[in-house]
Amino acid sequence: MRWYFKALGTRKIIEFIVLVIFVIFFLGPLLNLAILAFTGKWSYPDVMPTEWSMKWWAFVFKQEDIPQSIGLSFMIAAIVTGLSIVLCIPAAYAFARIRFPFSRFFLFSFLLTHAFPKMGLYVSIAVLFYKLGLMNTLLGVVLIHMINVLMFMTWIPTAAFRNVHQAQEESARDVGAGPFRVFLKITLPMALPGIIVASIFTFLNSLDEAQGTFLVGIPNYKTMPIVMYSIISDYPAFAGAVFSIILTAPTIILLLAAKRFVSADVMSSGFTLK
Amino acid sequence: MVQGIQGVQENQGIQGKQGRQENHQVRDSREIQLSVQQLSKRYRTGEGVTSISLDVHKGELVTLLGPSGCGKTTVLRSIGGFLEPDSGDILIEGESVLKSPPEKRPTSMVFQGYNLWPHMTVFDNLAFGLKIRKVKKADIRKQVTEVLKLVRLPDAENKFPGQLSGGQQQRIALARSLLLKPAVLLLDEPFSALDAKLRHEMREELREIQAETGLTMVFVTHDQEEALSISDRIVVMNHGNIEQIASPQEIYDHPNTLYVAQFIGKMNFLKGVVSEGQVMVGKLRFPNSKSLSGAVWLAIRPEDVMLSSHGQDGLPGIVKQIMVLGHYAEVSIQLPEYGVIRAFQPRDAVKELNSGDQVYISFKKVITYPEV
Repeated sequence: MRWYFKALGTRKIIEFIVLVIFVIFFLGPLLNLAILAFTGKWSYPDVMPTEWSMKWWAFVFKQEDIPQSIGLSFMIAAIVTGLSIVLCIPAAYAFARIRFPFSRFFLFSFLLTHAFPKMGLYVSIAVLFYKLGLMNTLLGVVLIHMINVLMFMTWIPTAAFRNVHQAQEESARDVGAGPFRVFLKITLPMALPGIIVASIFTFLNSLDEAQGTFLVGIPNYKTMPIVMYSIISDYPAFAGAVFSIILTAPTIILLLAAKRFVSADVMSSGFTLK
Repeated sequence: MVQGIQGVQENQGIQGKQGRQENHQVRDSREIQLSVQQLSKRYRTGEGVTSISLDVHKGELVTLLGPSGCGKTTVLRSIGGFLEPDSGDILIEGESVLKSPPEKRPTSMVFQGYNLWPHMTVFDNLAFGLKIRKVKKADIRKQVTEVLKLVRLPDAENKFPGQLSGGQQQRIALARSLLLKPAVLLLDEPFSALDAKLRHEMREELREIQAETGLTMVFVTHDQEEALSISDRIVVMNHGNIEQIASPQEIYDHPNTLYVAQFIGKMNFLKGVVSEGQVMVGKLRFPNSKSLSGAVWLAIRPEDVMLSSHGQDGLPGIVKQIMVLGHYAEVSIQLPEYGVIRAFQPRDAVKELNSGDQVYISFKKVITYPEV
């Protein structure tokens, strides 16, 4: 056995150990979650459940506010994504194409919402929302979600637009396309992977958002993460596991669907300030 | 080198001396396809062009040649509609196009790179402009097939630009422009990103395509060899001004200004003086054809330098280095008062020559310029 490790080299062995730790850290909890969700009976000191069942799934779906919260979460995520696209894509295009004073400063300012402790930011926003009557409204929840994603939604598409070379747009003008057609047929399709990545991020971020929603949306707007808080505190861990899977599923499905667009390139170019 | 037709110099009031009579007539009878008139554009950096005037005849390939920042691209982009000049006018087939955006101009441009749209196949790249012009589907297919044959990429139709080499991409870009049958085809250093061999091939192909299609072309380059090899006429630019407009041969043989002499081909420069109506360098005397006075520069092509081992009338010098470059040799000679001078000699002529030898040099031909 020793010859094998020797041939492998210390570096490879360390890499392997790190990988194993990584996998345990990331996949361990998920595996535990999956087991919990399908458990019928599992008592100490058994390593695995003694009985498998779907009863917690049935239990969760019987709760009145759960299907409602799922619908609400997806609706809010869709609205947030849609609004961010409408708002941020033109801004990203402007950042990429138009030279205006302090453009770098403005682009950088999107980082501000991520520079402070979230709760502090939310509380100060909540004070503002009280005055404006936005507490406990859909608009309020949507706005607080959007604050979180402005940065992704502007930075990544800005980089995507920048990667469309000026000559590529000019060639299209040259062969007879007006500015609008150039944007629609050339610039936008070429920047689309970046925009899709940013949109998926936005959607998932909104689906996952709990703190701000908790502050602004309660009691009328209980999204999935909010409901999960109460389930975890009120019911056994099995129910929480089921709900976690429901919450995680869209993330995994969307990321798999977007695998072809999500690359380290697209992501990292969004975080390179030019 | 492709021999350019001897051209007429319209600019700066200089008459083309070498143009043969019949060619004058041929050229003059051809209609002017593109006319740039008093074009000026100044950037905030201070660079730009000043009062550029240039006529390009139908079917002619004119090259704008100069170092980067000389304004050649500014002129080209103004013609294409991508830049708005401060003043002046641009006429194509007699009509001002200054008010038209690029998509409405009868021009088409091939850029240095990034011409193609990576999300479309070659076919879609080529068909894009035709679709906008509402050409029928069957006609589009026919024209695309034809043009792909013309640029020697008949099987590229369904490929994506990413699957093509740099040279192939530039050919597709050229094909796309050709499809639109522009009144003037603009080429902005289209081969500069390619390697030397490919660049050479592409020049020849472009020349062939031009002969076949009879298109009027304006070509921008900083590569003098490229300009000399493909152009009917060359416009040498410097600091936003035109230094000379003439055929490649004329530019090579008779550079108008000291700048052109320095920029085009290899050239030796010696300081001389005008005395008794003659230009003198040491013992050598040359006619003062330009009626200069005082100190002058003499420009001598390396191929016009003659060496001899005894001729007492020549300028004495010491051979510094002999480099055999295939069929000829480049000999560097140190002249005591004038620095180093280079001479191109037949390979056989340098067999007996060694570095350190004393030689006497004289010149077959000199061009004189006033000292600035």
